[in-house]
Amino acid sequence: MATGHPDDTATHSDEEYVETAEGTRRRRAFVDRYPEAAQIVRICLGISFVAFAGGALFGLIQALHRTNVLRIIPSSDYYTLLTGHGVLMVLVFTTFGIAGLFQWATTRSLDREPPSSRLTAAWLGTITLGTLLAGGTILAGLTDAIPASADVLFTFYAPLKAHPLFYVGAALIIVGSWLAGASYFLQFREWRSENPDARIPLQSFMVLTTMLMWYISTLGVAVEVVFFLIPWSLGLISQVDPLLTRTLFWYFGHPVVYFWLLPAYLIWYTVLPKLSGGRLFSDPLARVVFVLFLILSTPVGFHHQYTDPGIASGYKFVAMTNTFFLLLPSLLTLFTVVASMEHGARQRGGTGYLGWLKALPWERPAFAGIALSGIMFAAGGFSGMINAGMNINYLIHNTLWVPGHFHLTVGTAFALTLMAVSYWLVPQVTGKRLQWRGLAAVQPYVWFVGMVLMSNAMHRAGLAGIPRRTAEPQYDQFSFQAVVGSVVEMRIQIAIGGTLLFVGAVMFLAVMLATWTLGKSNSQLRVNGFLPEPMSGAEDSPRVLDNLKLWVGIAIVLVALAYGLPLYDMVADGVLSPGSLPVPA
Amino acid sequence: MHVHRFEKLWFGASLVLIVAFVGTIVYGAIGPGVAMVGDDGGTIEAAAVSDGNFEQTENFREPGVYESTDGDGVDVYIVARQYLFNPGTAEPIEVPRGEEVTFHVTSADVTHGFNLAATNVNTMVIPGQVAKFDVTFEETGEYGIVCHEYCGSGHHTMAGQLHVVPQSQFDTTAEGEN
Ligand code: HEM
Ligand SMILES: [Cu+2]
Ligand SMILES: [Cu+2]
Repeated sequence: MATGHPDDTATHSDEEYVETAEGTRRRRAFVDRYPEAAQIVRICLGISFVAFAGGALFGLIQALHRTNVLRIIPSSDYYTLLTGHGVLMVLVFTTFGIAGLFQWATTRSLDREPPSSRLTAAWLGTITLGTLLAGGTILAGLTDAIPASADVLFTFYAPLKAHPLFYVGAALIIVGSWLAGASYFLQFREWRSENPDARIPLQSFMVLTTMLMWYISTLGVAVEVVFFLIPWSLGLISQVDPLLTRTLFWYFGHPVVYFWLLPAYLIWYTVLPKLSGGRLFSDPLARVVFVLFLILSTPVGFHHQYTDPGIASGYKFVAMTNTFFLLLPSLLTLFTVVASMEHGARQRGGTGYLGWLKALPWERPAFAGIALSGIMFAAGGFSGMINAGMNINYLIHNTLWVPGHFHLTVGTAFALTLMAVSYWLVPQVTGKRLQWRGLAAVQPYVWFVGMVLMSNAMHRAGLAGIPRRTAEPQYDQFSFQAVVGSVVEMRIQIAIGGTLLFVGAVMFLAVMLATWTLGKSNSQLRVNGFLPEPMSGAEDSPRVLDNLKLWVGIAIVLVALAYGLPLYDMVADGVLSPGSLPVPA
Repeated sequence: MHVHRFEKLWFGASLVLIVAFVGTIVYGAIGPGVAMVGDDGGTIEAAAVSDGNFEQTENFREPGVYESTDGDGVDVYIVARQYLFNPGTAEPIEVPRGEEVTFHVTSADVTHGFNLAATNVNTMVIPGQVAKFDVTFEETGEYGIVCHEYCGSGHHTMAGQLHVVPQSQFDTTAEGEN
């Protein structure tokens, strides 16, 4: 096993370099071994980063506007930007980022190129087209010259109506992600026919379970968009039931947060231990965690609807109990992540009760970013437990507390992990050494500080009753009273925090751009893709864990139990009733 | 399957924590009886609400504050629409201290929110549904009402007020007597 700086392992491990016949050493990075997959990863990450750039700019404008620090747009356009921010961040940045990570993980762990370049082109093309349609209709809302707009936010609750192309775009993004999943499954099938008795490699196992959860949960939003919103926005049906469509949305709306989070977990389980200088604790427990996510993620959506009329409290209660059990896999992950870091630190000579923390490579951007995102996720997990509590939720529902919470989870646990792992992965998929390393080393800390300021102020503002999704800091009719600190101080923190986050985003993008354009291909990368074997490997786990059909079956039964009766209640009076006409008509 | 001793301990502790969480919430729901929005408000024709045709609906009346029919407490009927609460925005809603206030809130157009800022009086206002819940205010005071669900480009102007007044004062200001 390599010692010293993880980056030096390139020279210690023969993984990336092989002896050729002439006796010279030849590089064998990911891009050299799997040029096709590397290209897909590059395309996905490239689009993802462009979306992130747009989203970060909108985020900055919002943070400054709603705190009254700087106003460059009319308040009525705030919602167009907010829609843009939501869609670019949680639909485009995440979906493409995940597609890239998953393509890399499946290819690497199954040791083979993607099965069909036509299928690849089909899914890449479908998601891209969907993105252009959805993004285009949103941006068109900024000008009156184009008769399209979609300032319905990324949750698009009916009966607020967007241009039909927005819904078509959203549907295409989802269909594209289904095709991408099909490609990972085909890749797995080819591998399986050659390795009939082997255990599924861990990374592939994680990708497959995540995609299965995704298939189950996106059914809700697909039905909502395809059967209700598209025909309705085209005028083919005159009204829709707002509660039913909203429920279909949230059926998908909670599992989707795990669709964002599980790729981060994949990195935390398989890459972080190596970056800390050690190895994963236990492969079997990692599998248990992903199986738990597969079966428990979907039957919880009602916890976003605790305050909705029209849903009996009993169903909300069932969802709440499920939600708390869903804590289990996250708590297990917390253990593994910390334990792996400690193990790595001790391999690097760290000692003491907490002294080992000093031995970790905090100056390495890939490690530091992932570790910091894990710390922030722990904080986000605590505020999430509060959201999940059926009675406490009534205090913070739809207040600024909520964006405070999810900027820690998806906005940091996922986003910062993707940025950090890019410092390690992009060299491998481009063949170019990371540029501007000093900037990269500082970047995770800038994001961290910015997020501490913005999210703690958002959480407290929520307790003072300040709503989310509003362009104005003040209301004419009354003023907000802070419980801790003052409202003005919170606003200043949100503005400063948001600005730091934007700076952090620009630093990241600058490093990526520099690496992509200035780096020389075929350079020595100073990183490698070698991942050490876990201390307790797959052979230690019961075979039943690899029985994906069984887990899908259980997941479907649980979904039917949680959603069967409530959905029946809602459609018992007719699928389109009580209905509402679109607004604007 | 090999699982480290500490991992087993952690697993057990996590389960205990989860069960404890669920326990406290069950206690909150049946002990102090934290009021929650359920499905007992019933459904309503959104078209009837936007036309102001409340005779057509069984479970909704002309918006306003009513003495409750059994003589105990008050009923408040509120319609949310782009971008006001009726009553609430044009003139404050007045309710008596120490009596049970039953809110009935519905929407005439899109989805809105109804939140007494910084309290747990908080509900979604979904077209076609009536949000019904009980609150007893133990102290007099003024509350801001915020629409906390994005409802269109004027969303940030949608707000109102609720005043809790002593019972003696309430009797003289009650509106919409039936
Ligand atoms: C430059 C960094 C960022 C800044 C300055 C920023 C700032 C903000 C602000 C001020 C809001 C509006 C809150 C409101 O009015 O309700 C917001 C909303 C939101 N942000 Fe961010 N954010 C950033 C990064 C991210 C990231 C990385 C993600 C996810 C990957 C994200 C996801 C969201 C979502 C989903 C919303 C809610 C949109 C809605 O309510 O419809 N943000 N952000
Ligand atoms: Cu409103
Ligand atoms: Cu509103």
